[in-house]
Amino acid sequence: MALDKAAVAHIAALARIRLKEEELEPLAAELSHILTWVEQLAEVDTADAAPMTSVAAMRLPMRDDEVTDANAPQAVRGFFAVPKVVE
Amino acid sequence: MRRKPSAAFLRSPRWLSEFFNVMAGLDPAIHEKKSVDPRDKPGDDGSRIVSVSHGQSAQLTELTIAEARAGLAARQFSARELAEAYIAAMQAARPLNAYITETPEIALAMAAASDARLAKGAALRLDGIPIAVKDLFCTKDVLTTAASHILDGFHPPYESTVTEKLWQAGAVMLGKTNLDEFAMGSSTTTSHYGPTENPWRRSGDNRPLVAGGSSGGSAAAVAAHAALGATGTDTGGSIRQPASFCGIVGLKPTYGRCSRWGVVAYASSLDHPGPIARTVRDAAILLGAMAGHDPRDSTSAPVPVPGFEKALTGDVRGLKIGIPREYRSDGMPGEIDAVWQQGTAWLRDAGAEPVEVSLPMTKYALAAYYIIAPAEASSNLARYDGVKYGLRVAGDSLDDMYELTRAAGFGAEVKRRVLIGTYVLSAGYYDAYYLKAQKVRALIAQDFERAFEKVDCLLTPTAPSAAFAIGEKQDDPIAMYLNDVFTVPANLTGLPAISVPAGLSADGLPLGLQLIGRAFDEETVLRVGGVLERAAQFTHRPSFTARTE
Repeated sequence: MALDKAAVAHIAALARIRLKEEELEPLAAELSHILTWVEQLAEVDTADAAPMTSVAAMRLPMRDDEVTDANAPQAVRGFFAVPKVVE
Repeated sequence: MRRKPSAAFLRSPRWLSEFFNVMAGLDPAIHEKKSVDPRDKPGDDGSRIVSVSHGQSAQLTELTIAEARAGLAARQFSARELAEAYIAAMQAARPLNAYITETPEIALAMAAASDARLAKGAALRLDGIPIAVKDLFCTKDVLTTAASHILDGFHPPYESTVTEKLWQAGAVMLGKTNLDEFAMGSSTTTSHYGPTENPWRRSGDNRPLVAGGSSGGSAAAVAAHAALGATGTDTGGSIRQPASFCGIVGLKPTYGRCSRWGVVAYASSLDHPGPIARTVRDAAILLGAMAGHDPRDSTSAPVPVPGFEKALTGDVRGLKIGIPREYRSDGMPGEIDAVWQQGTAWLRDAGAEPVEVSLPMTKYALAAYYIIAPAEASSNLARYDGVKYGLRVAGDSLDDMYELTRAAGFGAEVKRRVLIGTYVLSAGYYDAYYLKAQKVRALIAQDFERAFEKVDCLLTPTAPSAAFAIGEKQDDPIAMYLNDVFTVPANLTGLPAISVPAGLSADGLPLGLQLIGRAFDEETVLRVGGVLERAAQFTHRPSFTARTE
């Protein structure tokens, strides 16, 4: 799959990474190169294979939902100060 | 009563021989190994021997973990003396850029606590052993960077399970080691803090070489005797490949053996914490302290931790060692093939039976890995948004702030992988890439299951080359990814694997061999690794070690 500049700009917007105009062309080439290389998987017959999401053959255990320490860089008057995240 | 040896005594060879006599009563295997492994060879050509202190410090940093443990127990030296020797060595090794953060005050405080316990005869299993920590493990109130600009100033309010277990066992923290940014790389050159230099150089060539990656700082520190052991993490080979490049031992345990809690996540289904050390026995000792079920990691395995050191019986008679046919890839360098065949011969001579096996799907492992790992990374790294951690770059809107923060905070390789991961998970491409890779992963796992019906362990090279120069393989991401061709399958399958130094390349660089075992059978991997280590007699020294002559 060859990605063009517009596709790279779209992916970067989804990933919330700002790219400069001059970064798009080289990234399109690099990412296309990687994608073309991984497309060798197309030659594998996976008709009978179930997707493997984890090697740990176990049920996911549940834990109690508790408040823990926070990592936020900024606190104001005993509250965590974050940028406005609901617009 | 503690007997403090005089400085003159410690400088004399008699000190070591008496020391080994003490240990002979405790551990005959070590004594035996020492008698054929004097470790007193001078550096190779171009030696850059660094003077750290007086004779005692240098000799203390020559000890293995097993030897240091015996010496501490016998009160031959104190934990403080050992910590001071390693702090001096760590500082002398600064040209390697192996450490991002040095924590000498913490080391001395921990050593004092160890000395107090040793004095009471209540020593813990790792009391006084100075350890370096890959800077991907959260350490309470100590800067944790993942070698990324985006985690600027992050001081975790908690300790990772693995490091907590090490400190609870009495280990002493020397500092936090360098790595590829977010562990994404095979060279420790993508670090925001600059590349780590391999303590080894090619004979007759003074160019600095990579330490491998992503745990390159840990591997370089241990190889240069600037740490007695270290923690690493291995997502595609990040413990084993740097161990191979630096001429030391690296062990990736079974998935679920060591908790991932508090380890900065790269690709959660592939990330494995594990030990890096100078000997197989030391790796077994460290693993014993790092392993165990942790309810805080939902994929941590609720299985008992065996006595890994006990597995080092030196007896591999009757074991079947699988030699995967497909790993003999086109264009494998002759010297890699030669060391692999040598390893096969050593195990045959020791009474094991080499058996050719077929792993037909492994040729697709690397491609599957470079879909699955970036996909998981793009999800895991979504949390670095300027809101919750470290770096925040102001913007006109919320999205603006997110995008500017991530543009400034992530390096080129991290951006590349997040973009690839975002793409393969995006609508319309998910099935063609991500789902396909997960199905191939299942087929690879079946290959290994079938092989392990016939054999007890697999033997392969660790990496397709020796260490390369800093700056090489930077232009083509895929050339860099190919470093992981032999190591990635054990991550996709979660199987335990070790790299043991086995020989030198034509230009004098270490080459490792890899052993892969059944799930939760680190014991066989260690047992065979111990035999390989003894046969290889790898006593070569890097050109840079933090020691005196």
